[in-house]
This record gives sequence, C-alpha cells and structure tokens, in this order.
Amino acid sequence: MTSEAIAHNDPFAGERLKHSHFHERQAPMNLRDAWSSWNGFKFADYYYDAEYEYFCIRNTCATYGICPMQKYMISGPDAVAMLDRMVTRDVSKLKVDRVTYVCWCTDEGRMVDDGTIFRLGEDRFMLTCGSPCLAWLRKSCLGFDDLSVEDMTERYAALSLQGPTSCATLLTMGLDGIENLKPFGVMHFPFNDASLMVSRTGFTGDLGYELWIDPSQAIAMWDALYAAGEHHGIHPYGEAATNMARLEAGFIMPDMEFSEALKTIHFQHDQTPFELNLGWLVDFKKPHFNGRRALLEERDRGPRYTLTKLDIEGNKPAEGAILYSGKRCSKEIGYITSAMWSPSVKANIALAMVETSMLDREIWAEIYYQKELRYYRKVARCEVKDKPFWAPARARATPPPAF
Amino acid sequence: MNSYDTIVIGAGHNGLICAAYLAKQGQRVLVLEASAAPGGLASAREFHPGFKASVAHTISHFSPRVVEDLQLQSHGYQPAIAPLPTIGLNLDGEHVVIGVDGVTGVSDDDKSSYLRYRAAMQKFARALEPFWMKTMPRIGNNSPGEMLTFGQLGLRLRRLGKEDMLEFLRVATLPMRDLMDEYFDNKHLQAALSWDGLVGSKLAPRSPNSAVFALLYRMLGDHNGGHAIPGTGIEGLINALLNAATAAGAQVRLNAPVTKICISQSEDGQQATGVELADGEKITATRIVSCADPQRTFLQLVGARYLEIEFANRIQRLRCEGYVAKLHLALGDVPSFVGVDRPDGRMIIASEPDALEFAFDDAKYGAASENPVMELVIPSLQDASMAPAGQHVLSANVMYVPASPKGGWTDAARSALLERLLTTLERHAPGLRELVLHAELLTPHDLESLHHVTGGHWHHTEFAVDQLLMMRPTYEAAQYGTPIPGLYLCGAGSHPGGGLMGGPGFNAAHEILK
Repeated sequence: MTSEAIAHNDPFAGERLKHSHFHERQAPMNLRDAWSSWNGFKFADYYYDAEYEYFCIRNTCATYGICPMQKYMISGPDAVAMLDRMVTRDVSKLKVDRVTYVCWCTDEGRMVDDGTIFRLGEDRFMLTCGSPCLAWLRKSCLGFDDLSVEDMTERYAALSLQGPTSCATLLTMGLDGIENLKPFGVMHFPFNDASLMVSRTGFTGDLGYELWIDPSQAIAMWDALYAAGEHHGIHPYGEAATNMARLEAGFIMPDMEFSEALKTIHFQHDQTPFELNLGWLVDFKKPHFNGRRALLEERDRGPRYTLTKLDIEGNKPAEGAILYSGKRCSKEIGYITSAMWSPSVKANIALAMVETSMLDREIWAEIYYQKELRYYRKVARCEVKDKPFWAPARARATPPPAF
Repeated sequence: MNSYDTIVIGAGHNGLICAAYLAKQGQRVLVLEASAAPGGLASAREFHPGFKASVAHTISHFSPRVVEDLQLQSHGYQPAIAPLPTIGLNLDGEHVVIGVDGVTGVSDDDKSSYLRYRAAMQKFARALEPFWMKTMPRIGNNSPGEMLTFGQLGLRLRRLGKEDMLEFLRVATLPMRDLMDEYFDNKHLQAALSWDGLVGSKLAPRSPNSAVFALLYRMLGDHNGGHAIPGTGIEGLINALLNAATAAGAQVRLNAPVTKICISQSEDGQQATGVELADGEKITATRIVSCADPQRTFLQLVGARYLEIEFANRIQRLRCEGYVAKLHLALGDVPSFVGVDRPDGRMIIASEPDALEFAFDDAKYGAASENPVMELVIPSLQDASMAPAGQHVLSANVMYVPASPKGGWTDAARSALLERLLTTLERHAPGLRELVLHAELLTPHDLESLHHVTGGHWHHTEFAVDQLLMMRPTYEAAQYGTPIPGLYLCGAGSHPGGGLMGGPGFNAAHEILK
C-alpha cells in the first residue's frame, strides 16, 4: 500500500487513510474528490455523480474497488470443520472453485456478520466480509489445531466489475471462456506473470464479476480492463451507487439493516438471521454450528421482526420512517432501514423491519421530506414484496446475453 | 440400550456423592477413576513406606446434610468431636491460639474484638448458608423456581436487619487486610485469621475479591469454620463415601482413566453418549457427569470444536492456576515446636499480613517465595494409622507457590524450595530436620499430574466473584447441565466450589433427578 503521507516528519502518518492498490488510477478519476473511508482505506463515495454511476451499473458496466473488503485465507485439514462450525450453512457441501454466501452468529444466534466463502482447494478457503473478523476467527479456531488463518486483505488487489456489458468486457480483455462461468463460480486465467482469479459474484444483483490478482499486477490489470471496456461504457463507481444497486437487489448492509452483534451495546439491538429473512442460510441438518440451539428456538418461536421489502406509494423516499398499522399512525409496527426511489424499477422502494405478526395487515409509513429547507409529512401506504425489486434474467443466464 | 444411566468421571468426593444420590434413586451408575484410589485431592497416598498423607488434610465445611442423607457414619465416618485450635506460631513462643469461642495470646481489646468479629461473620455465614446447597438461578430465565431462589437470597440478607445487611454488603468483597485492620491490632492474629480467606486462591491480604466469601463459605459445617481431622482421618470420610455409593448400587472402577467424552452428532443435534478409556474401551450411558475440572472436561475430554465459540473461549479463560504446594514429611518422632506443648493444632507460619502479601508478590512474578508461609498439621496425632507406631507425618499447605514458575519446576528449583521450607520449619521446631526420614514436596504442577486437575488448583478454577454462584464455572454451565445434552458437571468448578464440602456433587445429583 502506498500512502501520500509517508513523509517521515508527518506527525499523523499512522492516522492517514491507506491507499488501495488501484488508487493511482482511481484518484484522477475522482473528479469531485468525494472520498470517504472503509476499514482504514481511502474509499470513493462517488467519482463524478452517484446516479450516473448507478446507471453505468445497470446499463453498461462499472468497477468498484473491494481492496478494503476483509479477506482471510483459511487452510489446512481442519479448515472445513472450523468454518462449518462457525457459519450457519453447510460448508462441507461447497465444491472447489465455488463461492457461497454465508452468515455467522454468536452463541446466542445473533448475527456477527455476513460474507462469502470461496473454496479454492479441498483444504483452502477464502472468507470475505465487510468488517475485520480476525479476532472472531481466532476464537473460532480454539479446538481446531490443524489449520492456519491468514489475513490476505492487503495481499489481493480486488475489483468488482458489474453490469450488463461486464462479460463482454472480460471477453474483449481476452478471458476466453468467461461466458461459461456460472453464478458463484470461480475461474483462473494467466495474466502477465500472475494468476487472475475471476468469480461471478457481486453486490448489485446484476450480471457481474469480481477480479482478484496479486497487487504487483493491479495497475496492469486495471489498464487492460479499462482498455477492453472502453467501448462497453466502463466507469468507476463508489459507495453511493453500490448502496442504490444493492437495495434494489434486496441485499442487506451492515449498519443499515443490521448491527454486528459484537458491536452492539444494548441487549438485542442486534439481529438473528431469521429476523433478517436469512433463514435459508441456516442449515439445521448440521448437528452443530455456532448459535444452533438459540436459532432453533428462534425458528420455532418465530422472529419478532422480519426484514421486509416494501413498495411505498408516491415518490418520496421513506428514509428513517417509522411504520404504523394504520393511517392514523397510532400503533408502531416497525421502521425503515433503507429507502430510495428506484430509477430502474420506477418505484418507491424500501427495506424495513416489521413486526412479524403485523406483516399480513396494513402497513403505513410516516415520511418526512424536505422541499427547500421546509419539512413536510406524508403518510403512505406500503405494499409487501416477496421478490427482489431488481433481478434481471441476465444476472443468472449462462452464457449471459452478448453485447 | 445403555448399560448405565449415568457415568461419573472421577471418584473425588463430589463424584462419589453425586453417584451415591443417583444410585439411591435407582439409577445404574458407574464411577470411573483415573487413579488407584478414590478421593481425588482428598485421597490418602503412601508417600513413604508406612507413611500416608492426603492433599486435603483437614475438614472445615463438609456438608452435614450429605453426612445425614448418605448415612456416612454407618459407613464408617467418624466426625471429629472438636475442631483443632488454630495456632499462629510466633518465634518467641508467645503464640496466638484461636478457638471458635475465643482467642488467647492477644490483648484484651483483641480478645473482645474477636468475639464481635466471630458474631458478625457467623451471622453472615448463616444468611448465606441455604444457597450453597442449591442450584443457582439462570440469569435471564425468569421461571418461578429460579426467581424464588433470587427472592430468598434477597430476603435472607434483608432479614439480617438494615445495619447488618449494609455491613454484609460492605465487607463482602473487602480485602482481608482491611477487614483485619478494622478489628485487630495483633499481626499474628490478623495473619492467621486471613489464612482461610486466602488459601487455595490467587489472593493476597490486600486483594479485593472473594476472600470474605471464601471465609464465609468455609464457616459452614459442624464446627463453624473450625478445622478438624475426623477420627478415621480424611481417608475415613472418603471410604465412607465410597461405601455409601457402592452400597446404593453404584459401581466404582479405579485405574480407569477417561480420555474422551463421546458426543454423537445427528440432525437432532448433539448428545453425550459415553466415554472412552485410555485403553480404548468405550462405555455408553444415558448421561455423563464430569467431576473433572471444567477446562479438562470441556477442552480435553469433549473438545472445543463440539462447543460454541464464546462458551469455549470462556472456559479457556477460566483462571485455574493453583498457588498452594503440599509438603509431606515422614518423621521419626513428634517434633517439638517452640512454646507448644503438643503440636496437635493447626499451626500457621505467617507472622503478619505482610508476610502473606510479600510471599504472594514473589509468586505472582513467577517465583516460589523466599519467605514461604504455611499451614501445618500433624495428622498422625489424630489418626494413628497414618504412620508407623511412634512415628509421625507432618502435612503442610504452602502458599504461595506458582504452578508454572519462571524456568519451570527443575530439580534445582524444587530442592531450593524444599530447603527453604525445612529451614523455615526448623526455626519454629528446632531439631525437626533430624527427625525427617523422608520429605515429599508436591508443587501445583505435581498436583496437576498426580490428581488430573488443571493447574493443580484446589477449587478446579479460581473461587472469585466473577466465577462464583450463577457464574461458576461460567454461565451456560452454572446449573450443572452443559450446552451439550446429556453432559453434566459435578466438581469443584461448579457452584458452590471446592474444598471438602460436597455441594457440587449434591446439587448436580438433584439437578439431574429433577
């Protein structure tokens, strides 16, 4: 990692945000200097305009740096058993060069984090997640001696490429056969002297890939990708556009839909997978995994709240709105976690925590919105949606449609 | 079908008590003991031809309820008629002699203070008494039974009256040093009275934590905190427990070390189904009850991978380092201590609270103390079977001796400590060295390998406020059941704790029989 403040007389050297492996290329493209941070890395909120970048994801293709995402390599004969005990899904069923979406919980069945596991060999797994997880991994390793856990976060240059022209771009780049890669599959290609790993994964609900390579090849890969994507509308996107795309896809975000259980202060301000509508990730056929007993109770009792997709009347985003059982707003039944006007779906969409017992009744959102400094209030009817707001066929098609 | 309803791992006194209660209710019970003799840290061992000793050398708070329920007297247990006086040894022969009813060798002020002190401690000990022989409530489980226990505890304390209740709450976690300074001037008296609050724990007189609790805990039983040696010795108590268990129908197998608790796994979850012995033999049972310490039980016999992550890490973090070494001397004759007519009391070598404090300081930085402090008895004066006629055994608890000192327990480190102990003893009993036929020093490390207890810790894990009551050994296993169905705990690592008391075995059996 390079840092603009390596100057040895910088008294704040240790406090400066680190630069990702692609920073050299990303920085000049960040026309608005709209930086925020993620896990100590300087990270683009947007480059030019969040909505423009969002439309690149939906209409052409766009790249999102995932260098700050945490990556751990877990290897050794005990690796599968350790992960299988840690996460709620059955990892032993995962085949080599396949990826699976997982979550993991405290003993009490409260969600610590979600992420993906890549099986890169019989005894070799990569776990990725949004927040640092090394301490939890170390605790999880107690009793599993024949394995090693390595933090690979800074040892991979990783870039997400999402959008309908993403496959075409990779083909132009020379990744022959990429069109045959199925969702959640992994392929490996030679790239200069390194190996380029490509997984068909992402966080946009659209056709998309993630590229993983040795940091020494980061800039060369970026250049090859952007040369190939020139006529496929390639553009970088930041956090703001990601958040729009993932909400349309119905994906959850930490600190929006859930609080990581190890970071909450108040008892039960965290969530179970059932509350987050992730019950399908919990495999009770496994005899033992962390939180199993508590989750079994939760399943049988039913979660108090359920994360729900809402289509809200009107066009005023319901950010932060409280939900009620009636238009008079007398009985609270939940709260909005994320909301936006969806340009692709042309609907006023939201994710919300709703009391499970109230799901089949009327749901009303009390929305506050602003027009030129003045706040207005609106009470809007909400409709529960079962399917993701945005799920184009191309996201699942193999091979994907050509461009 | 299983051949046994219950397998108990370890024939320590709690294992035998649990087995006896279960067998009395008609369960088919098998007790598996790794050693050649029952009793664990209370088992009698021949450490020199004709000379026997047990690590636990006196009884202070063994449960009268257990004696009665299991009819231990009909099985050969002879309770001591009177407790031993506690003698704070003074080099000039002006000793402090502490009995339950009074103290001599101190000023008149201290004499009357002692009566006030006894009365207060007695009152607090009685208030707590019902809770040692009871399963502690599970936090967060507000069932009527568990709330009742909470309520009873509150009520007992409230019924002390406002002043006494406030005083109890004030002194409960007080360092021994502060408590002693509030009552007494005499340093020997302060040190001798502090001993029972501190011994067996990683606590010095100035450590706030559980010393007062430990003191009150040890004040249960027949002699209100006095230490005694039963007529047939500690061995007599263990034999009576063994007889009670076998008479009730339990089988006890010695030399049968359990190396693994077998856990079956299926879509229905986990279940403890049996044990595996060192020779590979597998025995199944409906439930397994472990009298082994919590770390050994969960991390070695079960394996952390079968547990949940936070629970396993809490077990891993239990503080289990013993700080008491044991010295056994085979003596050719009765030693004579300066100013003591007959050394048949419990003698304490610690001239002042700071003697304890400084010995602790040495230990906490990884060395056995240069100036060791100890508690010694000559049990063969009470129980003649412990040594050949005319000859005697000196048995001493030595504080503070770390389980893993810097540099480890090398031969040199051992003989240096033994030499210091003999020198210390010789100062109080001139001529003692010449009587020594054989000396055995058991460091906490030796106690660990000899008695299969982690860290050689008397209480299996520290008797401290964060590891007491509904936190003992840790939540999720504090009601004797464990996160693994079919697996229970019944040893000193469970509520109420260690020492020859019997509460964990009693409570575990009642929990199982619920």
